[in-house]
Amino acid sequence: MPFRTFSRIGTQWKEFSEKHFGKILEINQRYAKPRIQTNRWVWATLLFLRLYLLLLVGILFFKFFSLL
Amino acid sequence: MNLFSKLFYKYRRMSKVVRLYLLISGPGIIVMLADNDAGGITTYTATGARFGYGLIWFLVLLGPAAYFVQEMTVRLGAVTKRGHAEAIFDAFGSFWGWFSLLDLVLVNWLTLITEFIGMTAALAIFGIPAWLTVLLVCLVMSFMVLRGRYWAWEKLAFLFCALNVIYIPAAFLVHPSVSDVLKNGMIPHFPGGFSSEMFFFLMANIGTTIAPWMVFFQQSAVVDKGLQEKDIPWGKFDTFMGSMFTVLVAIFCVVVTGTLLSGVNIQSAAEAAILLMHVNASLGTLLAIGLFNAGFLGAICISLASSWAFGEVFGWAHSLNHKVREAPWFYACYFITLLTAGGVVLIPHAPLVLITLFVQVIAVTLLPAALVFLLLLLNDRSIMGEYRNSLFQNIVSGTIILGLIVLSTLYGVSALFPSLFPA
Repeated sequence: MPFRTFSRIGTQWKEFSEKHFGKILEINQRYAKPRIQTNRWVWATLLFLRLYLLLLVGILFFKFFSLL
Repeated sequence: MNLFSKLFYKYRRMSKVVRLYLLISGPGIIVMLADNDAGGITTYTATGARFGYGLIWFLVLLGPAAYFVQEMTVRLGAVTKRGHAEAIFDAFGSFWGWFSLLDLVLVNWLTLITEFIGMTAALAIFGIPAWLTVLLVCLVMSFMVLRGRYWAWEKLAFLFCALNVIYIPAAFLVHPSVSDVLKNGMIPHFPGGFSSEMFFFLMANIGTTIAPWMVFFQQSAVVDKGLQEKDIPWGKFDTFMGSMFTVLVAIFCVVVTGTLLSGVNIQSAAEAAILLMHVNASLGTLLAIGLFNAGFLGAICISLASSWAFGEVFGWAHSLNHKVREAPWFYACYFITLLTAGGVVLIPHAPLVLITLFVQVIAVTLLPAALVFLLLLLNDRSIMGEYRNSLFQNIVSGTIILGLIVLSTLYGVSALFPSLFPA
């Protein structure tokens, strides 16, 4: 009986995730290849943004743990 | 042709121009006046109360900065026919797309809570309980979007925009000395010297003038309104008019509190309204109504910005021209954002101060990304064609964006670590 219940939950979860997360996977595939023409300037700017955001997230984590 | 014929011809030509402008105007004026939201009005009233007219020159400088950033969204929307979220996904891929979308939704939701805080505080002055304010706001906002026409929504939004200029007559009621305003306000200086408090106020004023949601909102509104490439000059003029109005409202707001509450340290616009009630009841009432309207105007734009962004990315029908049954997810997203944000304000002992701090910090993470993406998109020949940025536009926008990134980062850090900045 419990096995049957778990199995039913599993099936329902699979259906739910395919229906909803499938859309996310589809979006990821649709936009997998960036359309912008990548030159050195664009590459450097995106690298700067990544580093900048990492720094900000680092600061946020530091603040969070120092408050604990 | 006699004189009367010439005058009649000129009148007909002018009236055609005005009608055409009225047809195309909207996104620019609405986004710029909505920028003077509850947080904005709080910042301006506090600035006036703390520094008098001393920082008016700084507000004047922020007008062109806001214009140069926002006019890029007009061109991008009119050329690509895509909202900003979708444009980021398309141009930079899903990693940056998800980052921008989720950050936008979070910061919008938190900002919406601050709008509700402002609206409930404003109506509390008249003895209206918070739950009734939230209920009324949700009902009016539902009525606005459920008409199924972008035009109907825009006309109603214009009505609230007109109320936003209530601070202009309010400033005349306090009879400020024009020579004092010009002498103390228009000459660049830092009253009392440059301190950490001054820096915090400057940053708060920048933060309320240029916000991430504005970039997303205006581009989506341009697309929903159906502006074409040929409409770009009018869209830019609309944005220019909006930036003029937003600065004017900010200046007059500073004049009101700078005249009557100079030197008083106030924490919110509602507090300023209560203090002004004792000096001049009608003025305090005007300020309270203005604060409510500012929160409302901010709320109607911010909640739509999130729904548009989700709709664009997930491919749902996402226009105000659709009925609820035609765009159920778009409206579901709108109402979920609205109701949950309103609900938070009603929670007893909700950490509203913490939420306000979070808005500042999270907006700082999104603003540089949104502005950098905007600049890169506007320079891409394959996307923008002949409408890409000129060298002059790149120099001006690049300088503004670089300045904003540096200052907003310092603002975010100062919000997290106030002790780092000596008094």
